[in-house]
Amino acid sequence: MAYSDKVIEHYENPRNVGTLDKADPNVGTGLVGAPACGDVMRLQLKISDDGIIEDAKFKTFGCGSAIASSSLVTEWVKGKTVDQAMTISNKDVARELALPPVKIHCSVLAEDAIKAAIEDFKKKREARQQKA
Amino acid sequence: MKLPIYMDNHATTPLDPRVLEAMLPYLKEDFGNAASRNHAFGWKAEAAVEQARKQVAALIGASDKEIVFTSGATESDNLAIKGVVEFYKDKGDHIITLKTEHKAVLDTCKRLERVRQERLDELRQMRLAQLTGTPVSRDNLAELSIKHDLDNDPVYRQWAELPTGGARVTYLDVEKDGRIDLKKLEAAMTDKTILVSIMLANNEIGTVQPVAEIGKLCRQRGILFHCDAVQGIGKVPFNVEEMHVDLASISAHKMYGPKGVGALYVRRKPRVRIAPIIDGGGHERGMRSGTLNVGAIVGFGKAAEIARQEMADESARLFRLRERLRKGIMDQLDMVTVNGSLEHRLPGSLNISFAYVEGEALMMAIKDVAVSSGSACTSASLEPSYVLRACGVDEELAHSSIRFGLGRFNTEEEVDYVIKLMVDKVNRLREMSPLYEMAKEGIDLKSIEWTAH
Repeated sequence: MAYSDKVIEHYENPRNVGTLDKADPNVGTGLVGAPACGDVMRLQLKISDDGIIEDAKFKTFGCGSAIASSSLVTEWVKGKTVDQAMTISNKDVARELALPPVKIHCSVLAEDAIKAAIEDFKKKREARQQKA
Repeated sequence: MKLPIYMDNHATTPLDPRVLEAMLPYLKEDFGNAASRNHAFGWKAEAAVEQARKQVAALIGASDKEIVFTSGATESDNLAIKGVVEFYKDKGDHIITLKTEHKAVLDTCKRLERVRQERLDELRQMRLAQLTGTPVSRDNLAELSIKHDLDNDPVYRQWAELPTGGARVTYLDVEKDGRIDLKKLEAAMTDKTILVSIMLANNEIGTVQPVAEIGKLCRQRGILFHCDAVQGIGKVPFNVEEMHVDLASISAHKMYGPKGVGALYVRRKPRVRIAPIIDGGGHERGMRSGTLNVGAIVGFGKAAEIARQEMADESARLFRLRERLRKGIMDQLDMVTVNGSLEHRLPGSLNISFAYVEGEALMMAIKDVAVSSGSACTSASLEPSYVLRACGVDEELAHSSIRFGLGRFNTEEEVDYVIKLMVDKVNRLREMSPLYEMAKEGIDLKSIEWTAH
């Protein structure tokens, strides 16, 4: 399959690969996909108390499009507020990377990963507030 | 060493320069039609075709009269299976094959099943019309069949036993190593079985089947044995007499010959009959009409001759190269598994799973090396390989597989380059893989509730 230059560029030089401390109360972790389906994406966001995404890291098992999609969203979410990040849709990702139709699924995963990470962060914060 | 490196010889092989040399005159000055009986151009073409027929026959221990030239092995598979079903329909309609066969066999079988089903539906319509006294449409066929208990209707049951032109098919499972269990084959045979179709060697995982034992079993039971021999010919011994093969499919482009030409071996003693699937001028003793592709057939013959002469040395060399590749990779990477039997396999074939790395991403990382992915991710379907699944390989590992096919023109230098590249790239992708990190931390991936999609 012929990939766009942007997919290849992100695949060869992925941004923000790595792991953030799961135990950190300001870190939300989203793990989406399934090994049996051939793709698993883990996105971690470090979010300040006033809701700004300060850092983002990913690790992805999947094809070139899946890796490129996760790399791209780490770039996009950094510096954004949580509410702004929630508006990123798979269509934006697919358009930016010019994904072929059979790979649209990868962009859906990327959107899901953002939402899952933010949800995880919110749950952690609620738990903290209940304790306090 | 030149890049890119070609290691996808199961898909196709490069044309051997000696084959091209043999073909050239028949693409230029000796262009005659082998069926032209009345002038020198035709005679020369015919002589060249007959020479090629002898060369192909010699490779498989057959007589030249038993070779029917076709456009390739897909056509040969279709001709063998459909031809037998049509010709022997009064004898029976049951076929046995394997779940790991090539699509040219599996899809042919599926079509024959559909033909039978459609014919049975027509018969049910006819019978129901008799019983109800009104015409019956296809829409309420199922409903009316139950209402009138057609399965126990003696007239319908009698009709259903008549030849339909289609077939019933048993698709046998393979064992974990990709090989057939002969006991399961024997158990599947019935008095309606007319054909067993099992390949010599698998195109994806390189597993070699016990063809001689299968042939013996079929011969004892009076069942015809078709062998799709495409991947194994010229690489492992194959002899239609010793192995009791009745029909065999061969393709030139998997043995350094040109594309678009193949053959079907059809046994003469005891005689095997097939109905043609192409009608026309009665070429190839009526079994396959169509003007012969003389240049390609000459190349096929030459390729067969070279394969026969060089198989022993070449297979030994390919075996050494493949083991060098396998050990080079496995010594330096953990969590790597070979798919298919290591003992019973094509010398140049290595199908290998790299856990926690996705096959297509890996192929993208080694773009200077032409291989193929065990996973069918590059096609419209995102399903992993049906061959690996039939061998019981986990879906996630099936997504992590790469098929290497070494061939005549690969060198040790290339193998060493590929080993280094594979190790670097697998390590890089594993660094990026959440699954590898979790596995290293000792998390059981099966215990996680994945968001399946």
